[in-house]
Amino acid sequence: MSITIEQRRQHRLMTIEKSLAKRHRKETRFRRVGLAAVTTGMALVIILFASILARGVPAFWQSTVYTDVYFDPEVIQLDEKPRREDGETQLAFDERYGAWLTQASLINWQSLIDNAMEDALGVDVESRQLRDLRALLASGERFALRDQFIEKPSLLGQTVEVKLLASANVDVWIKGNIDRSLPDARQQLSPQTREWADRLSDEGIIENAFSTSLFLNTDSRSSPASAGLAGAFMGSLFMMMVVILLSVPIGVASAVYLEEFAPQNRLTDLIEININNLAAVPSIVFGLLGASIFIGYFGLPLSAPVVGGLVLTLMTLPTIIITTRASLRSIPPSIRQAALGIGASKVQTVFHHVLPLALPGILTGSILGIAQALGETAPLLLIGMNAFVANVPGTPLEQSTALPVQIYLWQGNELRNFFEARTSAAIIVLLGLMLSLNALAIWLRKKFETRW
Amino acid sequence: MSNIALIATLLVIMALAYHLGLTRSRAVAAENDVRMHSRPGYYGVLVALWCGLPALVLFLLWSFLAPQLIEMLVTHQLPHELVASMSGRELETTLRRISVLAEGRGVAGGGSAQELAAANHMARLHTYENLSLVALMAVLVVAGLTYAKRHISPQWRARNQVERVITFALAACSAVAIFTTVGIVLSMLGEALKFFSFISPAEFFLGTTWNPRFNTAGSSAQGEFGLLPLLWGTMMVSAIALLVAIPIGLMTAIYMAEYAPRWLRNIAKPVIEVLAGIPTIVYGFFALIVIGPFLSSVGDVIGINIRTTSALTAGLVMGIMIIPFVSSLSDDIITQVPKSLRDGALGLGATKSETIRQVVLPAALPGIVGAFLLAASRAIGETMIVVLAAGNNPVLHGNPFEAVSTITVTIVNQLTGDMDFASPQSLVAFALGLTLFVITLGLNVIALVVVRKYRQQYE
Amino acid sequence: MNTSTQPNIPSPMVSVGNGESRTSKAKDKVKMSAENVEVFYGNAQAINGIDLDIYENEVMAFIGPSGCGKSTFLRCLNRMNDTIDICRVEGRITLDNNDIYAPDRDVVLLRAQVGIVFQKPNPFPKSIYENIAYGPRLHGLAKRKAELDDIVESSLRRAGLWDEVKDRLDQPGTGLSGGQQQRLCIARTVAVSPDVILMDEPCSALDPIATAKIEQLIDELSESYTIVMVTHNMQQAARVADRTAFFHMGDLVEVDSTDTIFTNPRDQRTHDYITGRFG
Repeated sequence: MSITIEQRRQHRLMTIEKSLAKRHRKETRFRRVGLAAVTTGMALVIILFASILARGVPAFWQSTVYTDVYFDPEVIQLDEKPRREDGETQLAFDERYGAWLTQASLINWQSLIDNAMEDALGVDVESRQLRDLRALLASGERFALRDQFIEKPSLLGQTVEVKLLASANVDVWIKGNIDRSLPDARQQLSPQTREWADRLSDEGIIENAFSTSLFLNTDSRSSPASAGLAGAFMGSLFMMMVVILLSVPIGVASAVYLEEFAPQNRLTDLIEININNLAAVPSIVFGLLGASIFIGYFGLPLSAPVVGGLVLTLMTLPTIIITTRASLRSIPPSIRQAALGIGASKVQTVFHHVLPLALPGILTGSILGIAQALGETAPLLLIGMNAFVANVPGTPLEQSTALPVQIYLWQGNELRNFFEARTSAAIIVLLGLMLSLNALAIWLRKKFETRW
Repeated sequence: MSNIALIATLLVIMALAYHLGLTRSRAVAAENDVRMHSRPGYYGVLVALWCGLPALVLFLLWSFLAPQLIEMLVTHQLPHELVASMSGRELETTLRRISVLAEGRGVAGGGSAQELAAANHMARLHTYENLSLVALMAVLVVAGLTYAKRHISPQWRARNQVERVITFALAACSAVAIFTTVGIVLSMLGEALKFFSFISPAEFFLGTTWNPRFNTAGSSAQGEFGLLPLLWGTMMVSAIALLVAIPIGLMTAIYMAEYAPRWLRNIAKPVIEVLAGIPTIVYGFFALIVIGPFLSSVGDVIGINIRTTSALTAGLVMGIMIIPFVSSLSDDIITQVPKSLRDGALGLGATKSETIRQVVLPAALPGIVGAFLLAASRAIGETMIVVLAAGNNPVLHGNPFEAVSTITVTIVNQLTGDMDFASPQSLVAFALGLTLFVITLGLNVIALVVVRKYRQQYE
Repeated sequence: MNTSTQPNIPSPMVSVGNGESRTSKAKDKVKMSAENVEVFYGNAQAINGIDLDIYENEVMAFIGPSGCGKSTFLRCLNRMNDTIDICRVEGRITLDNNDIYAPDRDVVLLRAQVGIVFQKPNPFPKSIYENIAYGPRLHGLAKRKAELDDIVESSLRRAGLWDEVKDRLDQPGTGLSGGQQQRLCIARTVAVSPDVILMDEPCSALDPIATAKIEQLIDELSESYTIVMVTHNMQQAARVADRTAFFHMGDLVEVDSTDTIFTNPRDQRTHDYITGRFG
């Protein structure tokens, strides 16, 4: 034979070498596709956050009118604020105080504001122009003025500088969130109001001030500029309290049972499959469960945070059980054997040795579960938490909304120019809360990370 | 408020009982000069449990049953003609007014004489009920306490008993998950059956028109409740979402697991986790104000009419939402492929991508398919994104640039707003929910079985 | 020069082993050579300056206590250590006088020349046929299906597995017994026709009978391949290796003909190890 081994070897090497360039090109292409996928993911995060921040951050500052208001004694004809007298029952006092409040509500606070605005503009407004004038301010501001006076009746007869919210439309106009060149017919404000708004803005009477109302007020339909998140925030807080109080103990207990005590039988298998499945059941199904069982069957009140909390608890349980089990499983059996070996009972072993070691993992899982519950919307819509609520709920049984539901309600508001920003601001608040929870979980994980 | 006081008292008594058990067991030990079976603390706990648990159980049963009993008694006491003349709803309202009156508060329009009488009756019953509850609880507390205290002896296996109670409590907690599932199935089935008494299942499952009409009180105009347009919309949106999420998610997972330098992994992993933690309502809003208008203007440029809210918008954003889900599941599964397999291929001279495509991915295939099924189940059950961005147009059509409606959107639409809970217009939500539950359950179970098999293969 | 056009020579390795016998091996041609090789995992040094020549067609065994660096060094010979992020190799290793760590050196080509068999059998979760065909297909060594079939058959024959599996080539390779799996992995490596085959404790997961089969196989393969193997088992080294290198704590203590190492070691540590003082 003419072909030596060495020649054959060379030939084979050449064959391989010839194909190499193509294979390496494929390799590069594959890697680029992967990088593109990662970049796309990251870019989407950036776009999402950027677009929401860009829209939402300006909404934390709101057009606010700083003007002197004269608490005119001729307008404010009100008895002295009642004080509780000796020997008077709480009930009797409440009645007297209530009557005084009613009297205060009947006073024409709007006229005080009208006068103040006339002074600020230096004009005498005819009554048919009053609408244009009042369009400058949020309609709820007369109540703000009333509350300010009720708090401090000594203001009577004095002139004080007060801070009044400009109306939503003025805010939109001044921030340029509406096309200023639109014809009058398509503008929300009359030409007169627009001119006044610009004048006040130039003179520094209308300023862009940090919007405390966003945090301190509840939702408002009549006065969009003063709509705030306080009610939704309390609602979410109550729900999270219910979730923490129920889902963490129950979740941890059932994880401990399944991981440490449960006999290996069909029933345990069933529970396990069941939990894994519950973790993947759509959240809206939990809403249906809440509507039919908690509200329909047990007769719990609609729109109450306690019901929302219960629904979210059931939804969060699987997450907490699964993460707790994972962290229990990561504790090496040697720890259990050591404790059992010196005569501890099974229960003592678990509660004295295993659980404390698994605590960081349990905490992390619970926090992540709670963060997830905090952002959940769909099930809450089905148990009536999308109702309009004008008060901050005082107990978990009162009507309330929740932060994500408030976002849902605001995004659907007709006053889009204003509420697009307001919604984004609410989203920033919600994301801020959730990200801090997530950061806390990551920090805990890093801090207590143990390698066995 | 009095309930809270009652429970607080009970807890205080339990604390005292604990102390009693503790000192008593010590005394017994000293008296007989023997070692007790368990540490004193266990005797304390056991005495406290004997003292408190029965009373607590009674309290729970009582607060569950008593109101219903009282309501029944009050209803009986009302004039018969009156009760007979009222519909279920009116009776409910009347009872609510009576209970408000019984609490000593006023109702709109003042109460009628009958209502006032009933309210008096109710208030009296409440007093009796409260007193008897307290008395019964006190009996149980004393009985339990005496029994337990008398039993304290060196032979009494207090620890074992306490541990049995603890184990039982733990087991009870894990039963919550079972009850949840049972609750879901029963509530859905119950309400769905009510719905099917109005509309035949065939009409529901095979109908091609969705037009439920609004139910104006008592009007007999029944709408059409065809599931197919909604199911079709759901499938369309989910398919688009998966077309976005699966390639990007899988390639991300591969790149992160096999190629990414450490610094990039350290940045990108948390960022993607953040993406997974964002509430769906935020994605929905994002779809509505950014992606929708963007797609629409792209459509203008290339000459296709794309609606701002469409199957495409919703699907695309839902896909973005599922990317981290797919990538983290795939990542888990890819890293479970043993290193020895990779080494085998690399040792033969395969390039990295050849190793991944020809060895790692085929080996991980079952697991990855499981992950895709879970992703699909998530897409099908997603609500807020489609509520905001799909446009709610329950019509059978094949155009992804048009608005569609899905099962979840319709559930929300039918159950929000002021609707009669007993009308088919509301009840259909449960039939839809049941359908959704069965679909996702099927996907989940298949996925879980597949993934579990896959895991066992490499354990 | 183009063998693939000659149908009467279906595959290179069928004819390779026939003509030559073990005794005619030229033991003087250096196939691979290491000069002052150092390996670091992060900051920890695993190998301290090793110099070693490996001759063509010899069987070289690496022995030494666990953690002495013998596997690490073996993996340097076809750059498998590249897959470990924190691993760093310094010094010079050559194959046929070409530096394998040279920047322009293609790892893919290197690994086609220097194959490796691992400690635990790791067949791909594919059919037996696909397991063997994977390498040749990867490198484009077979132009036609018939050629590929020939390669698969001859490789399985070389690994002594053909008679056991010829009727079930389409069944998964993971279904074979441990010893069969390991021979499948050897056949998979042989199918690429490398010059050198590295074996990392190829028998440690196998029972004695399977081990004997593999040892016999190594003996046969050494007629046409250079084989470097790591072993824990000194008897194994004594049975199959032409030369043996003793590693200790990252150092190459001594290397010599197997007979010399086991009967007359120069270094005290080697002596202690082979007499069982430590291990």
